[in-house]
Amino acid sequence: MIRIAIFDYGAGNIFSLESSLKRNGANVLIIDDFNDVMENFDGLVLPGVGNFDPALLSVNKCKKKFLNYIEKNIPILGICLGMEMLFEKSEEGNLEGLKIIKGEVVSLPKSLIKIPHIGWNNLEIVKEKSKLFEGIPNNSWVYFVHSYYTVPEETNIITARSNYGISIPACIEKNNIFCTQFHPEKSSEIGERMMKNFIKICTQSK
Amino acid sequence: MPVAKRIIPCLDVNKGRVVKGINFKELKDAGNPVILAKRYSEEGADELVFLDITAAEEHREIMKNIVKKVASVINIPFTVGGGIKKLEDARNILLSGADRVSINTAAVINPGLIQELMSIFGRQCIVVALDVSRNYGKGGKNIFSKDGKKYWFEIKTYGGKKSTLIDAIEWAKKVERLGAGEILLTSIDTDGTENGYDIELLNAICNRINIPVIASGGCGSKKDILKVFEKTQVDAALAASLFHFKKASLSEVKEYLYKNNILIRL
Repeated sequence: MIRIAIFDYGAGNIFSLESSLKRNGANVLIIDDFNDVMENFDGLVLPGVGNFDPALLSVNKCKKKFLNYIEKNIPILGICLGMEMLFEKSEEGNLEGLKIIKGEVVSLPKSLIKIPHIGWNNLEIVKEKSKLFEGIPNNSWVYFVHSYYTVPEETNIITARSNYGISIPACIEKNNIFCTQFHPEKSSEIGERMMKNFIKICTQSK
Repeated sequence: MPVAKRIIPCLDVNKGRVVKGINFKELKDAGNPVILAKRYSEEGADELVFLDITAAEEHREIMKNIVKKVASVINIPFTVGGGIKKLEDARNILLSGADRVSINTAAVINPGLIQELMSIFGRQCIVVALDVSRNYGKGGKNIFSKDGKKYWFEIKTYGGKKSTLIDAIEWAKKVERLGAGEILLTSIDTDGTENGYDIELLNAICNRINIPVIASGGCGSKKDILKVFEKTQVDAALAASLFHFKKASLSEVKEYLYKNNILIRL
């Protein structure tokens, strides 16, 4: 059975994510460090709940081991805040990001729209061939809840976009790192399919 | 902006059962919360709200268990409120599987709680619920009038029982500043009447803040939902008895809205 770890920053609901992975056939491990367990899972999920600085503090405790893990190229799914943390910095916090992806995280434009962006929005798929989108039709509805969005330096890593007053990256993909600004674990049937796809990616990389 | 308007069934929970009251009184049994949650999720609800209406200490564990069970069977977001007084209460609910917590009386007593929750869980986790009714006496800052009578909108606490003399419009602006991610706006005057949402109140609040608002109180038909989306800037409509007592199904409501040019997730 495929084993997937969820990194717990200690700041919110990871139970839905855990349930979603289990429903779709994975064995789930909740971790807050990378001691000894490193060899024991096939994929890692950085969940999307919490605030930038407190979440980074919890990852920074074991940052070196975490970066080693990235080098091993095991599939990673970063959801919302879990996506934002991988960047260099964020307007939400003062701490440095993990700097795995070049670029920054900025606030949605306050003058233009209601913030946070809460609700179901369309997924405009840019790269159909992404393994994460297998069986996902273009313009599917997915669930967002966020106040910040990512601005990657390399725009070719963007695999899907959404429009909320401005066009924002909804998914990015770099090597074996998959990120979603929305919450697949909360996106009904479409989200279930995406979780299944991620589990499949982990199986194939094993 | 292509964000779909959300339809949110609300489940008022009393000692582990879903109930529905009229003007915050006279409770009627409406079923098992986990079974209803699963049904609504499958039928196309965009989100769910659970309100623990007794929220007595001795019922805390019941609610925690319900939250856990619900989180394991549905794949849409849900918010839990009722009796959340401090950081630990919110943490317990969020760790049990809720996506967001809704606070009401506790925020009025201690507005700093909003800030505290926001700094740990993030703005998007925090819903502040406002229970509002018209006050025809003195004290409010924003005065309205109809048929020659003057009134203002007052915040009520403890399930609508206690007067606070706080002006709802001023309070809404303040909770936005303190870090609320959304406002769940219930009109006590229209709640349970099934005569439609309180359009005047919803507009009074929506026009003055920049965070999303959920309309609540008074929904009796799909026409009421269409009207609230046509006449106000609310982002979501909450309804209880309409769905619990099967007066309309979620798919019926959503198709009706779609046909009337409201952006809806089908």
